Amino acid sequence: MTTTETIAAPRPAQKKKFDNKYRDFGIVFGLIAIMLLLALNTTTFLTGQNFINLFDQATVVGLLAAGVTLCIISGVFDLSSTATLAVSSIIGVTITQQFGVAAGFFGALIVGTLMGALTGIIVVLTKVNSFIGTLAMSIIYRGVAIVITGGAIVAPLPEQMDSFRTWTWPSLLGLSAGSVLMLAVMSGLGILLWRSTFGRRIYAVGGNKEAARLSGIRTGSIHVAVFAISGLCAGMAGMILASRAGSAAPSMATGIELTAIAAVVIGGTSIMGGQGALWRTFAGVMLLTVIGNGFNLLHWDTTYQQVVTGVLILVAVAADGLFKKKYGS
Amino acid sequence: MAIQQVSTQDSVQPTTTPEITVAGLGKRYGPSVVLNDINLSIAPGEIHGIVGENGAGKSTLLKILGGAIVADYGTLSLDGQPVKISSPRDSIARGISLIAQELALIPERSVLENVFLGRWSNTAGLARIGSDAEHFARLIDETGFELDPSAIVGRLPIGLAQQVEILKALARGAKVLCMDEPTAVLNEAEKARLLLVMKRLAAAGTTVILVSHYLNEVLELADRVTILRDGRHILTGVAQEQTPESLVRHMVGRDVDFLIPEIPEVGAEAPTALKVSGLSSSKVAEISLEVRRGEILGLAGLVGSGRSETLLAIFGADPATAGTVEINGRRIPGGSVARAIKAGIALVPESRKEQGLITVRPVSENIALATLAKRSLAGFVKWQQEKKAVAAISEAVDIRGVRQNMSIAGLSGGNQQKALFAKWLLDPPSVLLVDEPTRGVDIAAKTRIHKMIAELAAKGTAVVVVSSELEEVIGLSHRIKVMRHGRIVAEFDRNASRDEVMASAFLK
Repeated sequence: MTTTETIAAPRPAQKKKFDNKYRDFGIVFGLIAIMLLLALNTTTFLTGQNFINLFDQATVVGLLAAGVTLCIISGVFDLSSTATLAVSSIIGVTITQQFGVAAGFFGALIVGTLMGALTGIIVVLTKVNSFIGTLAMSIIYRGVAIVITGGAIVAPLPEQMDSFRTWTWPSLLGLSAGSVLMLAVMSGLGILLWRSTFGRRIYAVGGNKEAARLSGIRTGSIHVAVFAISGLCAGMAGMILASRAGSAAPSMATGIELTAIAAVVIGGTSIMGGQGALWRTFAGVMLLTVIGNGFNLLHWDTTYQQVVTGVLILVAVAADGLFKKKYGS
Repeated sequence: MAIQQVSTQDSVQPTTTPEITVAGLGKRYGPSVVLNDINLSIAPGEIHGIVGENGAGKSTLLKILGGAIVADYGTLSLDGQPVKISSPRDSIARGISLIAQELALIPERSVLENVFLGRWSNTAGLARIGSDAEHFARLIDETGFELDPSAIVGRLPIGLAQQVEILKALARGAKVLCMDEPTAVLNEAEKARLLLVMKRLAAAGTTVILVSHYLNEVLELADRVTILRDGRHILTGVAQEQTPESLVRHMVGRDVDFLIPEIPEVGAEAPTALKVSGLSSSKVAEISLEVRRGEILGLAGLVGSGRSETLLAIFGADPATAGTVEINGRRIPGGSVARAIKAGIALVPESRKEQGLITVRPVSENIALATLAKRSLAGFVKWQQEKKAVAAISEAVDIRGVRQNMSIAGLSGGNQQKALFAKWLLDPPSVLLVDEPTRGVDIAAKTRIHKMIAELAAKGTAVVVVSSELEEVIGLSHRIKVMRHGRIVAEFDRNASRDEVMASAFLK
């Protein structure tokens, strides 16, 4: 009796560990499975040009999602990212007209960061639920964008156009400069989250704000900082989007902020905060992009793409919830 | 003995107040028995007081009677008939209503809607407000309450909101009211009114079972009193034969079930490490205390007397409205936990889950959190160094069989508590504030934590200990201060008896 018990005892622990690991990398398995499927069923998926396109399509959502990941892990939502994107790229273009392309790009990033910080300060000081607070800020920012432009499209001067398109030029491995920037930001923020004291504090604040506060962490500063980073990412995304279009407009990228949040969630970052990683977000963004790509390559009706995306979000969140219930926290 | 299986088919709303009898009633949570072999009989129309120390089991007993908790052992009988009550719904059907400390009302809705919550009279789903209003008027007549049925509950003072809760119970046909610390949140006038209400209800035949910390109140009101100690039934007697002092005597005097380590004397020349002068916050008033290096100061008092809030105010976590905190003679600016930590204060908070642990993060990250900057280079964690530091401190506080990268939620209560100590010991503080250091941990961990506190003090740390367990406070501390209603009301040296300390916490 005793012997059977001692032999049997470790088993549940091993099973738990396996489930844990499986859950950890479920998103990667999903991504690989879909890529395999596409590689086997199409001749065009595994081509260099298709991969360049894939990364191009992932660039804007990827940049936004990178910033939003930090917000969600720290326990706040950011619905204002694409409104920030619009305003910062409009101001960027306006600066370009006056002071040149480099100044314009730099200006867009500064404006994005400041707007993100402002959103953060308002959310922290008013103690409004971040979901509502950032929704309100996004409406305000879209309004500001219309006020600045009078509702029109703004574009750099014709002679600036060539250099303004910098971010669409091919660079490393044939990827566009914008895609390379997105990958660099993903890696940079990923390492920051993984290894820096700032990253540790982000996890702590998202995991238990009161415990973090009683450990001496200035939780308000952390939230302002993640919103500022999200704003910087939005500034970059706006810069690239404007560079591609050759112009900026108040309605730019409307709705993409939700795609970014969806990518974060599909990657497996917990919407409850305190758990997640940037590689997850990268996997989530790529999964969404590859699905879109697949619908194109297979000539499927792209209307169904939305249905698939919605189902994926539900599955990801439900899996997270079920896991929590099973193993408690 | 298992609870006797009785069908709930015969649950007819009683028209008369039943006699309540419990026999061999018991309740346990895991290994700890919170209520053991309670035998008690409560007559119809009686006001029955239940008193005891923090953790004596009085709320548990009340909740079992009120159906919020199911007993593990024993029987509950109404008028001699064993009944099975497994939910508040069952007990309401039997005419028993529990009025908890946190009122179960919907603050945004009117008094009338709340009184008949979920049982509004209706025709095919359409509310018949007139019928409810009539019923309400009858209830008001019976109780003598002055309540406007259209008032919004959230805007009522707490005393009136409590009356709404009582009306709600009566509207559901309650013949027995179980009230948990009903006067704790009331002012003097509201208190007097509530006591009057209870007397009137009892005179009209309603049984009132009352749990309260306020012994004078219980003695004034109750017909009989039951005293619990450590989950055991000590005595049930006629209230008039008791005095506050006699109650306290029965409430204390239990066996010490753990060993307190040797606490070394503090040298006469030891300098003051912590000096608090006239500190006030929204929860505490005019707190002044001094703790020397190597000294352990205990803060005793009832739950809600402001002990934890005193620690939070010293730590800068609750904003101070007046007063100063000095560490080693240097005043620290208030209102910032970060500055308090920098000045050398550490806090092991009251609630592990809510204030202490980042449950979703690994053990190592939890332990390293408060001292991250010490082991970093250009903002990045020196993780090899962190791994070594965490391993060393985990061994020092004796966290056993734990992988550093496992979630801290997976640790036992004792190990979690030790991890919270370890977090601060990575950079030993000059002043350690400890709130309920051994709540919910087993005896072995408890002994280890006591030893740890004693060792820290021996090395020169000034310690302030808050605990609801009087033995713990008295055993660990060089001096004890007692709090009541947010103020320090008495001080004792370590030779004080339990009775003396208890008396000053309970009595005026």
